[in-house]
Amino acid sequence: MPEAGSWPAGCALVTGASRGIGAAIAKALAADGWAVGVNYRSGREAAEQVVAEIEATGGRAVALQGDVVDPAAPDALFTALEEHFGMPVLALVNNAGVTRDNLAPSLTDEEWNEVIETDLTSAFRFTRRALKPMMRARSGRIVNIASVVGLRANPGQSNYGAAKAGLIQFTKTAAVEVARRGVTINAVAPGWIETDMTADVDRGLLDAVPAKRAGTPEEVAACVRFLLSEQAGYVTGAVLSVDGGLGA
Amino acid sequence: MSSPTKEQVQERVVEALASFGPDADSITSDATFEELDIDSLDLVELAQIVEDEFGVVLKGEDMKELKTVADAVEMISARAS
Repeated sequence: MPEAGSWPAGCALVTGASRGIGAAIAKALAADGWAVGVNYRSGREAAEQVVAEIEATGGRAVALQGDVVDPAAPDALFTALEEHFGMPVLALVNNAGVTRDNLAPSLTDEEWNEVIETDLTSAFRFTRRALKPMMRARSGRIVNIASVVGLRANPGQSNYGAAKAGLIQFTKTAAVEVARRGVTINAVAPGWIETDMTADVDRGLLDAVPAKRAGTPEEVAACVRFLLSEQAGYVTGAVLSVDGGLGA
Repeated sequence: MSSPTKEQVQERVVEALASFGPDADSITSDATFEELDIDSLDLVELAQIVEDEFGVVLKGEDMKELKTVADAVEMISARAS
């Protein structure tokens, strides 16, 4: 165990952090003392706003542009973040994701591939880049943002569901492989959360949620914040649902 | 970075292996990784250490051929020079 007061000893990278769940996670981690890399693809102003809000409350953050689908992105972002703060990246939150909904009989190769690449393959590549330094440091926290749709079918999202189910099993397997090095890898599976991604979804579907309401990005961020804490060191390979009971 | 001597490689490899669990005394040149209870994850970390510190890149298939401490020292020394 690290000495008391030495946590966190590195910085945290959050992909897709300019808005929604990612932005809430970046703010929550900064509040816990992490120096945060706020990755964005195209929302530069939004990412800089997240950084400004963090700095206004005494936290440390930097906006980092990069498309997670680019195979060179993990190394470029890790290197940029490490150089900016002069500390190793000891926490990673793979949050960036997209949906391209269509029924399976009509789903195109492009819709399939874009979702698998963005939501599953990129998380693998970022995790791979993160793991070796974390193993050497005997300390690391990785959280993959999955979805209730990776656990329970949602018509129109076979691509997204396959990517998120794959992400959950990748999480479990990698977690077991590196557990004895002090590195934890967990998944958080949000349900219906109020973000741009769910803005166009029929509100009537909320009837299926036992809690009878949508969740907030902050409620997801609170769970990620716990999983990245020093106290969560014995939690690994877990899937924490944040869905108002939808997947229960 | 200048190439390390074989002795430097040997010293670093033994230090790294000891950090994975076995007693330093048991890490002789002809000790096998199996005897030392050094597994594939340990070898991945060993590869990362020699890459970071000696600039030697060892791939997964390289590591599979390594059976003893001497095998690892030989391969790393050869690639470093």
